[in-house]
Formats: sequence, structure tokens, C-alpha cells
Amino acid sequence: MPDQPLPLQEPSDQPDQPLLDVRDLRVSFRTRTGPATAVDGLSLSVAPGEILGVVGESGSGKSVSMLAVLRLLTSPNVTVTGQVLFRGRDLLALTDKEMRAVRGREIAMVFQDPMTALTPVYTVGWQIAEQIRAHEPVSRKEAHARAVTLLSDVGIPDAASRVKAYPHEFSGGMRQRAVIAMALACRPALLIADEPTTALDVTIQAQILDLMRDLNARGSAVVLITHDMGVVSEIAHRVLVMYGGRVAEQGPRRAVFHSPRHPYTWGLLDSVPRVGGPRLRRLPTIAGTPVSPDSLPDGCAFAPRCRLRHEGCEERPELAASPDDAAHHDACRLPAGDRAALRLGARAPADETATAGEPDPSGEADQSGETDPSGETDPVDEADREMAP
Amino acid sequence: MTAHNTVADAEATRPLGDVLLRATDVSKHYALRSDEFTRRRKVLRAVDGVSLEVRRGETLGVVGESGCGKSTLGRCLVRLTDVTGGRVEFDGQDITALSGRRLRRVRPGMQFVFQDPHASLNPRRRAGDIVAEPLLIHGCGDAAAVRRRVAELFDVVGLAAAHLDRYPHEFSGGQRQRIGIARALATDPKLIVADEPVSALDVSIQAQVLNLFADLQDEFALTYVFIAHDLGVVRHVSDRIAVMYLGEIVELADTEGLYENPAHPYTQALMSAVPEIDDGSDGSGRPSRERIVLTGEVPNPAAKPTGCPFHTRCPYARDRCAEERPHLTATVPGRSVACHYPLTG
Amino acid sequence: MLYFAVRRLVSALLVMFAISVLVFLIFFATPGVDPAARIAGRNADQVTLAQVRHSFGLDRPLPVRYLLMMRHLLVDRDLESFVNRGSRVIPQIVQAVPVTLSLVVGAAVLWMAVGILMGTAAAALRGTAADPVIMLVGVIGVSLPAYWLGEVVNLITQKQLHDTVFSWVPPPGYVGLGRDPAQWALHMLFPWLTLSLLYAGIYARLLRGEVVTAMNEDYVRTARAKGLSERRILIRHALRCSLIPIVSLFGLDFGALVGGAALLTEVVFGLPGVGKLTYDALQNLDLPVIMGTVLYAAFFVVLANALVDVLYARLDPRARHA
Repeated sequence: MPDQPLPLQEPSDQPDQPLLDVRDLRVSFRTRTGPATAVDGLSLSVAPGEILGVVGESGSGKSVSMLAVLRLLTSPNVTVTGQVLFRGRDLLALTDKEMRAVRGREIAMVFQDPMTALTPVYTVGWQIAEQIRAHEPVSRKEAHARAVTLLSDVGIPDAASRVKAYPHEFSGGMRQRAVIAMALACRPALLIADEPTTALDVTIQAQILDLMRDLNARGSAVVLITHDMGVVSEIAHRVLVMYGGRVAEQGPRRAVFHSPRHPYTWGLLDSVPRVGGPRLRRLPTIAGTPVSPDSLPDGCAFAPRCRLRHEGCEERPELAASPDDAAHHDACRLPAGDRAALRLGARAPADETATAGEPDPSGEADQSGETDPSGETDPVDEADREMAP
Repeated sequence: MTAHNTVADAEATRPLGDVLLRATDVSKHYALRSDEFTRRRKVLRAVDGVSLEVRRGETLGVVGESGCGKSTLGRCLVRLTDVTGGRVEFDGQDITALSGRRLRRVRPGMQFVFQDPHASLNPRRRAGDIVAEPLLIHGCGDAAAVRRRVAELFDVVGLAAAHLDRYPHEFSGGQRQRIGIARALATDPKLIVADEPVSALDVSIQAQVLNLFADLQDEFALTYVFIAHDLGVVRHVSDRIAVMYLGEIVELADTEGLYENPAHPYTQALMSAVPEIDDGSDGSGRPSRERIVLTGEVPNPAAKPTGCPFHTRCPYARDRCAEERPHLTATVPGRSVACHYPLTG
Repeated sequence: MLYFAVRRLVSALLVMFAISVLVFLIFFATPGVDPAARIAGRNADQVTLAQVRHSFGLDRPLPVRYLLMMRHLLVDRDLESFVNRGSRVIPQIVQAVPVTLSLVVGAAVLWMAVGILMGTAAAALRGTAADPVIMLVGVIGVSLPAYWLGEVVNLITQKQLHDTVFSWVPPPGYVGLGRDPAQWALHMLFPWLTLSLLYAGIYARLLRGEVVTAMNEDYVRTARAKGLSERRILIRHALRCSLIPIVSLFGLDFGALVGGAALLTEVVFGLPGVGKLTYDALQNLDLPVIMGTVLYAAFFVVLANALVDVLYARLDPRARHA
């Protein structure tokens, strides 16, 4: 927005005070088969101007928790408890009207699929102007002019004429830009982006990530939800790894990627085929399938898939700081000491007999139909790794 | 199986043989519905003059962005769709010319694994029946033999016998993909074309299914054409890789060479755009980690640029590129590039 | 645009040609139907019959007869009824059209208004007791046949309660809009209500389904994230998109009704509309009138289709360049 610099941080934001402070957030659904816990006591905070990457597989609760923060879970079967403090105000305690004033103006959200995120019957410019006029007393003309500026800011060429285009006349990447432009319309202090690049091609993804970096450089804090460790590694300042609706590990990006502490993080990092480094015939895997919200164990949610589980894991682990770095937390019952050695050790007991058909020793109960006593498993052959050709 | 530690070991033991599949100048064009107002008829060149060879026992990766024609190419290769031009030879036989009974006789040898394990399995049929279907179609033995074979296939892909009588919705995504793989394996094929078989799966499940592909190749000496958009996945599974852009192969090279020294500007840009995990290990960084962010978007395949299809976005484009279409030519052994001014080789 | 209009026109002509041929053939292939016998009257002798056949051209080959009829209908516009000698077909239709239009347009306004209101309200109140109640009302509307409902309405307003509550209800019939607008509306009131009840029920149900689906769409979630009010989301986003399929259905229903499908309502309420005309002609096997009304109906259905396409493109930008 070249005409006026972005006053993204309002005076009330002190850098040492979190912008968003989520405390003990719980989201549960009533389903036909009983209650399901999608988010199970999540606490996190986002500092002004930082990019927090939230990673996890499907069902980890990463999207649901952010929808809960904005109170966008409208189903009557959902219960949300806990506290969501944004600039010190508990969003969960606001009236609907107060909450609407926060949505779109102070916190904006961008969703995964740009193809369906815009109303098909209105022009892109109309929809951006609608957002502006919902929060600011400006004329239609002024809102339209700002829509043009916003579109050109997010890199849409020839914005003055593209503003009159309908969503279907845009490609996927352009639509995501338009959605981001809309989210930025009221200069929110926090942007929550839920898998914003997952539906896009890799070259377009690079463009969108650049855009988010740009936006962050202008002062907006960003929560980026993704399943892609690469994306987080490129862009996030801090990383939060979620599993089974809980935080498994969180900390500064460098700490989490260079010395990950939670076995689930190890698994996530190891099982991604990379574009560089040694090529392996077989990939290290995490056994079993992601835990389902309707069958969360009492203890550590990851224990059924964990190679290093022990009796202690039946008791739920609390987040604890790493001995080396007070900002690096993990929820694991392994000794806090030398996790790097444990990680190597977990790879060591390679079992050469392991085949795809071998029954899964972790044998999650087969209640949900999701889990499987025999499939999805290649338990222990991590020793295969790390030998360059 | 005994695990091969690295790809190099595996390649040493897996015999690479003669050409199993040869595509020559394959094209697939779609006539778009003419515009009701202007009456102009457009042709979408989904695949435009693609030639490639797949050797027995290897995995050929096909990579590209959405709309590049990689899926259509995959379907042409096993004749799930008829080609507009060119020919496809499978095991020495031109399958583009076959029809009826003679085509049906070739079909068991080449199978297809679909991207969406949700949509490609009939929701009203039990898993066991889905896998048995190709056996019944191709008349492979009596009911008892078919049942035995299906149970065997379930074991091979890592599903339990108890799963035989379940319906697709009772399985997780990874398990459904295993059913799809079992179905493809049923007729004892030589070639499997897999179209984005892991892109709908979670990271941890993706790794399990990729390992299954590797194990099956070792066990049954399969040949794969593996279509994917994820450059990490393609690098992991492929011996050689074809990079597609707007219906054409712009570069075809050995995996190692392609990733270390991309010769086509598009390949280079594609590689550089992949977000890389920086975990502090030396090997994780690629040789040149200079990001090339392509401007603009892939042009509409129905309005393909003249000359080199990539010239509109190419940072190195010169006048010639807009006029003359470059052809895929071998530069060094094991590498072909369709570029007037390749970067290496 | 010109191309579009020309193509539509050509297809309309083709449809009308095909239908007219079909009607013509069915008529003459029906056994026991000898127009000459009808025209000549009962107990006519063979000579008279032959004379009639000759003067009406009924002794010529079928294609010629078809062309003759079409010429009289479309070119000379003096085609006469076979049954009521001397009464021409075209003036009969011209007289009947305003009646049918009055009935259908009025009912359409009513049913669209009520249907949209009920459907949107039911969708907005989903999860409360009001939703099933509204839908139940809709189902009742759908399941009452128009002729039965019309008869009951007539029974109550004209007989049972005519001396007390409904003394203001005029006897069945039609009064021209130009002659007395108040009487026109009064005469049309119950026919409107009767006809629209069925359609209001159908449209309410359909629209409710569309709106409920739309409220779960991603773009509604985006609208919520923008901080819009629930009412604005419901009306400007969800309802706006839900109207697209409703409008295309409306065009088809409207075309068919104007074409004569409101026949039952017209008959019950003694309205001399196109439906009634067709009904009477069918009973007498009066080919010229049948031919006239069928072609008229076909024309309206095709016209309505074209209008729907244009309207569809106005409502849905995605359809404009497809």
C-alpha cells in the first residue's frame, strides 16, 4: 500500500507481549459414534510480527484450532473451551458483534483452496470492497480504488482492469493472491493462513511464500498452517508441531529443525523424500496411521506409533523446556538429556525382516476402521538411511 | 526382502533390460467446445509430440505442474485414452492400433494406479471383489483360484485377510491406495503407470506407500512410470525423469544428473522453487540454492505460445525462442533437452 | 450475441416444425377420426362427405394437407375450427392468451416470493423447530392437487360460506384487466393462490436445500472470516448463489404454464385461457385448434428456454463464456 505505510502494530502491541495468546484450548465434536476431541488443551502464543508455522498431519487439529480462534466453527455440535487472548481480550468471551469487528479487521484468515474461497457471482473487486466497507465507513468508490491498490500490491498485473474480473477468470495462483489481498484489506495485525499453498503448483507456491514474507516484513504476524515441513523451514520464525490435537514440540525454527526433540518430529523430518542429499531405496517411516480424534489415548497421543514408547508414556506428558534452550519445548517422556543420541538409537535396531506385509506390532485397536493391524507399517528399517551412494 | 541400502545398490541388483515401452511422437488433442458467441473452435494440446522409452525394470518419473499433460500422457501410455497422433509400443507391439480382443489380451500386462484412492474404488463393492475383478475379466482361473490369488495379493500389499470383506469407506487413505495397487498387481503386469499415487496421503503414510512401490518392484521386477508433481517424491522413486511443460517433454535425464545440473531453464526454476528442509545436515542443501522465482503463470494449454512453450516465462529467452520450437535432443549420454540454449551439457 | 439469437430462433423453428408434424400425424393416424364426418355433421350422405373432403382439401395426400393447414394457420391466418364452423383459430388463441398470462404471471410472482421467503427462512432457522414446520407446510402445498384444491376452494367460497365470510368472492370467470382492474384481481385471487401453492412448496424445498449447501461452502466461510454479518452472508452470498438453479427451473415451469399447463386451474375456475381452449379442443378432437395451441405452447417453452439462458448468464458469470 504505497500511499500510506502500514501501521500494522497498534500502540497497544508491546513486542514482549504476545499478540495472540491461546490457553488450554479444547475443541470437541459430538459425533454419531460419540464425542471426538479435535483440539486437546492447546496453548500457543504469537508475538507481534512473527511467523509461526503450525505443522501436523491430517487430524492433528491444526486447522480446527485456528478456526476456533476466529470462532468460525459454527456447527452446533462443537464445543470450544479455553481462552483465546488477542491483545489481552478473550475472543471466546466477546459478543457476536464484537467478534465480527475482530474478524477481517484485526485477524484475517486465508484458506487452502483458492478455487472455492471466493463467491463465484461477484467480481474480485466487489468482494474486496465488501470487506473494506464492512469495517470502515468509506464510500463505494474509495473502497473500489483501494481494491485496485491491494490487487496490484499482491502482484496482480493490470489490477485496474483485473479488479472487474470474476473469480473463475483467475487462475489458482491469482485467486490465492486475490484472497490474500482481501485478507490484507483492513491491515490486520495477524494473518492466519491455512495451507495457503497446498493447492498450488510449486513455482506458484514460491511466489505466494514470497508474498507472505513481504507482508510479514511490513509488520503483520502470520500463523501458517501446513503439512509441508519444507514450507515451514523456509518461512517460519517459530515452529509448532501438533499431533492428536496437542502440541508435540515447539520452538525457534532452527532449534526444531536442527535438533528436533520429539520422536514424531523425527519421523516427520525423516519420512519426507528430499530434493537433495542421499537417495534411499526405502524411506524411514512412522508406523501406523495418524491418531483419530475419536480415539485419543489418555497418555501420550503418539505412543502407539512411537518406537521408543515405554510404560511412562501411558501418562500424558507435559510440555517441558529443553535443557539447552528455554524457548524449545516438547511433550515427551523420554529423558530430557541427549535426545540426538536417542534419535540415532531409534534408527539402530533395524529389522531386516520387515516387509510391507508384516503385521504392525503397534497394533492400534481396530475400532474406528481407520486403524489397521497390518497395513501402513514398515516398522524399523531406518538403518537403511544415511549411506550416500 | 533384503533391503537395499541405497538406490545405487538397488540399481546394481535390478537388471535394466531392453525397452518395454516406447512412445513415438504421441499427441493427445482435445477439441474444446466452440464459443457460443464467437464460434471459434479451440484445440487443447494436452500432450504434444512426446517421445520416450521405458526400459524393463526401471522407473521413469514424469514430473510437471498442473496442466502440463503428465496425467494425459500416462493414460495414453496404457491406452486408457486413445491418442490423437503417434504410436505407443508395449513389449514390441503397437497398442495404439489394437482394438477389441487383441487389445484386451495386452491389457493385463499394463496396469494403472489412480491418484484418488477415494474415487477410483467402487464404494459399493468389497475390497476383495475390487481386486478380484481384473482376474475375472481376464479369465484367470476358477473361483477358488481367484480367491486364493486375491488373498495372496492382499498379503503382498500389506493388507490383512480380514480386510477382504470390507468396503472402501472403511479404509484409511493409505490402505485404499494399497487396494488400488493390489488391483493393479492382480493380472501380473509388467508395467504399472501410477498417476500421483501418494499426493493425497499424509507424509508418514506417503513414505509407507512409496516403500511398498519399491518393495514390489524388487519382488516382481516391475517397470514403473511414476507421475507426480512432488519433486522430492519423483527423485526418490525414479531412475530417470521426464520434465513436462505444456504437453511437451522439456528435459529427460538420469535422476542424479537432473537434480544436480538441470539443463533446461524450466527444470532449474522448478528445482529451485521447492521449499527445502534445512535440518543442519550437509547433504540437505542442494549445490546451487539460488532461488529462481518464475514470473507469471503457466499459459493456457489451449493458447500455447509459439516457438518454445516456455519462452514467455524463461529468464534466458532470446528472439529465437519465440520463433522456433526446440526439439528434444540428446546432449550428453543419459540426457535430452528441448532448449536452444541449454544451461549445462 | 447475434449468433446466439439466430441459433435460438432456428432451433425454435425446428422444434415447432417437428411438433406440428407429430401432432398432425397422430391426429390422422388415430382411428375413427374423420374430420370430414365431423364437419359435414351427423347423418351426412356420401356425396356431402366427398364434397366436404374436397372443399377442405381432405382428399389430397397427407403432406399437401399438412402444408395447406400450415398455410391457413400461419400465412393466411384464417384457419377455421373443424367443429364450430366459422370460428377461426387465431382469434381464439389471441383471446385466451391474456387470461392465461394473468393467471400465470400473478401466480408466479406469488410463488416465487413465498417460495424464496420460506426456503431461505427454513435454511436460516436450520436446527430450530421452525425449519421442519416450514417444510411441512411446503410438503402439504406440494401434495394438494390443483384441481382438487380448486374444487374445494370453489365449494367453500361459492357455496358453503358464500353467504357469510366469502360474500365478496365473485362467481368464477374472467374479467379483463383493461375493463376493471379491481374486478380482474378479485376474480384471479383464488386461482392465483391455488396455482401458486403447489409451486411455492416445490420452490421452498429446493431453495432450502440449495441454501443449506451454500452455507457450507468455502466462500461462506471466507465471508464469515471477513467479518460480515450473518444476514448479509445469508442473503448476499448464500441466497444469491442458490438462486441460479432456481431461476432456470422457474423459466421452464413458467414457459410450460403459459403454454397451457395451467389447464386444470383454468378449467376448475372457469377461466377461458389457453389451457381451457386446448382442453376443449382435445375433447372435440378439433385438429385446427389443437394444432394452433400446441404450436403456441411449443413456442413459449422454447422462448422460455432462451430467456432462461440469458437470465442464467446474468446471474452466473461462469456461464457467460462457457
